[in-house]
Amino acid sequence: MKKLLLGDFAVARGAWEAGVKVAAAYPGTPSTEITEELARYNEVYSEWSPNEKVALEVGIGASIRGARTIVSMKHVGLNVACDPLFTASYTGVNGGLVIAVADDPSVFSSQNEQDTRLTAVSAQVPVLEPSDSQEAKDFAMLAFEMSEKYDTPVILRVTTRVAHSQSLVELGERREEAVKAYEKNIAKYVMMPANARVKHVVVEERMKKMSDDANTLPINRIEAGSKELGIICSGGVYQYVKEALPEASVLKLGMVYPLPYDMIAKFAASVKRCVVAEELAPHLENLIKAHGIQVEGKNLFPLCGEFSANLIREKILGEKKEAVPASVPARPPVLCAGCPHRGVFYTLSKLKLNVLGDIGCYTLGAVPPLGSMDAVVCMGASIGMAIGFDKADPDSHKKTVAVIGDSTFIHSGITGLVDAVYNKAKITVIILDNRTTGMTGHQNHPATGKTIKNEPTYELNLEDVCRAVGVKDVVTVNPGNLSETEQAVKNALANEDVSVIIAKKPCVLLTKKLYNGFHVNENCKKCKACLKLGCPAIVNGKDGITIDVSLCTECGLCQSVCKFNAIEGEAK
Amino acid sequence: MDILIVGVGGQGTLLASRVLGKYALDKGYDVKLSEVHGMAQRGGSVMTYVRIGEKIASPLIDEGCADFILAFEKLEALRYAHYLKKGGEILYSTQEIMPMPVVTGAAEYPQGIENRLHGTGIDALSLALKAGNSKAANSVMLGALCKKLNFDREVFEAALIASIPQKTIEMNKEAFELGFAAV
Repeated sequence: MKKLLLGDFAVARGAWEAGVKVAAAYPGTPSTEITEELARYNEVYSEWSPNEKVALEVGIGASIRGARTIVSMKHVGLNVACDPLFTASYTGVNGGLVIAVADDPSVFSSQNEQDTRLTAVSAQVPVLEPSDSQEAKDFAMLAFEMSEKYDTPVILRVTTRVAHSQSLVELGERREEAVKAYEKNIAKYVMMPANARVKHVVVEERMKKMSDDANTLPINRIEAGSKELGIICSGGVYQYVKEALPEASVLKLGMVYPLPYDMIAKFAASVKRCVVAEELAPHLENLIKAHGIQVEGKNLFPLCGEFSANLIREKILGEKKEAVPASVPARPPVLCAGCPHRGVFYTLSKLKLNVLGDIGCYTLGAVPPLGSMDAVVCMGASIGMAIGFDKADPDSHKKTVAVIGDSTFIHSGITGLVDAVYNKAKITVIILDNRTTGMTGHQNHPATGKTIKNEPTYELNLEDVCRAVGVKDVVTVNPGNLSETEQAVKNALANEDVSVIIAKKPCVLLTKKLYNGFHVNENCKKCKACLKLGCPAIVNGKDGITIDVSLCTECGLCQSVCKFNAIEGEAK
Repeated sequence: MDILIVGVGGQGTLLASRVLGKYALDKGYDVKLSEVHGMAQRGGSVMTYVRIGEKIASPLIDEGCADFILAFEKLEALRYAHYLKKGGEILYSTQEIMPMPVVTGAAEYPQGIENRLHGTGIDALSLALKAGNSKAANSVMLGALCKKLNFDREVFEAALIASIPQKTIEMNKEAFELGFAAV
């Protein structure tokens, strides 16, 4: 039976059909749906881990104990998981261990555009890269086999256009894989220096063997065409090449590390002009050139952004489509109408504070008119950066706050808070507790009290966590109440110690209500105070200030900033 | 048939593309859809690609290559109009949603967009409100698209019904009918 499947769902399906028993992940666009889908299968234990490092450690344990295991994350999540990854490469596996990593060329929903293939080279871990949903399923299954055959974790790399595209997939049945017997093996699993030295040699031999075997690996294939032009490509780029250059010879690499050098040399020799087409880093190109094979690549193609069929035509054939976009105002993403974070950012903007931010929807607090975000780097960084501000300028705490989401705080903010107390920093931390992992589409986390399967579990109490690490000043406020929020921030800034404010209100998208929307009445003096909220439902049009009822969620924040009672409606 | 669906994050472009995908599948075609989730969904400009045919390679539609654009908002229709191929057509909602640079006064919402688009505009928001709620606007647009592209209405409407919550079926059916009749 064929089904239209999202690439991520196809990865999940492949893992399920391959008999996966354990799945762990931290949500991250565009990888989230892999584990959401796996959670629907009763045969698979699945979890949202607090972060990617823990997820991979759970995966390594499950693999050593003998279960086929998949761990999923986005590219920057792999950075968090690098510590276990680099040594799991040495220990190898017992049950197959597949790490699905989703890269984001063109940075649709990330903080950078890094290339997972480069991390894999450093870690000496093989990488498979599917080009559509069918391959996402097939390669996921193959990845488990290769993991066990070569005794290595295998990275299954997808990009946004594979992860979040849907195409047809032939579904199969699940093949149950019994949990393998566990045998204590200190030389294999205990990575102390004497063992690690031995294992490093094994790793290098493994990668050499995989490279040799890759020459006959069926997912690396030559599609013979014109002798004039040969393209080496993989993943989503393969589809653009087939679209743009149907006549060309193509070497499609299903495994992008390690490489089949004999096959590549043969292919390059068979065509007059050989070009590597790859998004982001010149990974294939550099390895191929280092092997003494002449190819073109980044002399033609950009290092940044995703490719398209048009781009391939333009760079290879010199054909450029003349399509001129109209000059129109940009439409950047914004905090939703009714977003509970708005009250906090309005307050921070009003008080003109330095705001050290973090990763989540609330990064959008940087967008004008709120514009209240000074630096955003990575998950959990807000608290460490605030400590840095304090240590560089002892007066900065009077005008500086760190803001971090509930899920992000658990991911990697807690250790920062431990540091703040331990090293006597004077900082204010605002935990934006919207009771979910918002940006990635509402996943549970340890403080929601529900597992990935929505089963009740212990609900981590954020106030208790903060007090337990030694923070004395912890308060919880409703960010929908502007005066309460402002007073709490002022109190915290005046405190010569660590203060934590938990701004607690559920994400507006969690309640699937239908709203009628507010209305502006004749009392409106056009003072524009409400526009400072940066609410997308408030329109400053030809006919004065109006409210777009299709967007308004009746949160009432505009009513609290209006001095003229000009906004009608009952706040929810 | 290459169809680009554009709008403002949260308007339901994902639902529309999934309905089209299901329809194509039910009709026995190869189909590829491409979407963007996450940051781009938070009220930003969004585009979803739907490619239907005998055998589809790339899931993306390039500039100058779309047969048809379905736009849920007027400014977004104009933003992506250059994706149309020569002779391509655009079906757009006349709804205006102000982008933040317009709200803050840094930019103006362009005037006379209707005169710059080759296609048909319908007041999907009013029709949706008539059907019961503004959220039904995407069903209005899908009804209009079904008529415009001469799709098999029975199969297409079934694909829509299979993609929405049970309790909103009646409202969406009415919205679909209003959209179908509007073009």
